[in-house]
Amino acid sequence: MVTPLKSFSHSYPVLGGAYYLAGRAASDAKRRLGEQQAPAGFARRVAIATYEAEMNICIHAISGEVVIVMEGERVEVVANDRGPGIADIALAMTSGYSTASDKARAMGFGAGLGFANMQRCADRFHIRSRIGAGTNVKMTFLPRPEDEEGGAPCS
Amino acid sequence: MRVSDIAAVLGAEMLAGRSGLIRDVPSAGGCDIISDLLFFGKPGMLLLTGLTQLSVVRTAHLLDLSGIVFVRGKRPDEGAIELAESLGLPLLVSPLSLYDCCGRLYARGLPGVIPGAPHLPAECA
Repeated sequence: MVTPLKSFSHSYPVLGGAYYLAGRAASDAKRRLGEQQAPAGFARRVAIATYEAEMNICIHAISGEVVIVMEGERVEVVANDRGPGIADIALAMTSGYSTASDKARAMGFGAGLGFANMQRCADRFHIRSRIGAGTNVKMTFLPRPEDEEGGAPCS
Repeated sequence: MRVSDIAAVLGAEMLAGRSGLIRDVPSAGGCDIISDLLFFGKPGMLLLTGLTQLSVVRTAHLLDLSGIVFVRGKRPDEGAIELAESLGLPLLVSPLSLYDCCGRLYARGLPGVIPGAPHLPAECA
């Protein structure tokens, strides 16, 4: 990262089932990072993982929020939802496993790659869940050498 | 291959993002699953799809794709067109099927995106 990021913190509400609105946090993060000349690969990793987190709340939960914090050279994204929770986190992390509704799938979501994608885009990934209460995902993004090239998003 | 060349090859109508017509397209992919796109999409890739909702435009922007071709004459709603216009993202509509669109572009040398994902069987990579 060439220059430190301007300190920023914001919470974006996400509503279950509101597919039309999901993605606002990701778009805003990408725009802010772009304006500050953050490397394209870095902005893309943050945007992709944030969008996946928003979509998860939209698909599975009643409601929730995505909080984005930018400070120094790092970005933190926290997603909290009020929803059914995840019974078996290891199973949910498996690529291809999904409990998404037919509606979500008809819209092109719910292929069971969300957590895998968040994990590979983020530099730290932490998930906690309580059945009947909700799920909490915390991701930290730090600069990677390959971000500068703007090449592969998060390979 | 530029977006304008692709429009000609696919007999496509331009709906938005005229400013991106001269954009160079390094690769393309046909996909109706946004989750897959978020996982496999590469910067600059052209997306060919039958999905027309706003989230497709948003996804293309987040992934730095070079444009979207809607196949089988399917048209996105006004909200999607407005968002693409504001982002300078080219949107094309082709009367051809997804298979035909991909075939025509591939035959003219536009490569696909190599997945290379660890969970795919080797023969798919």
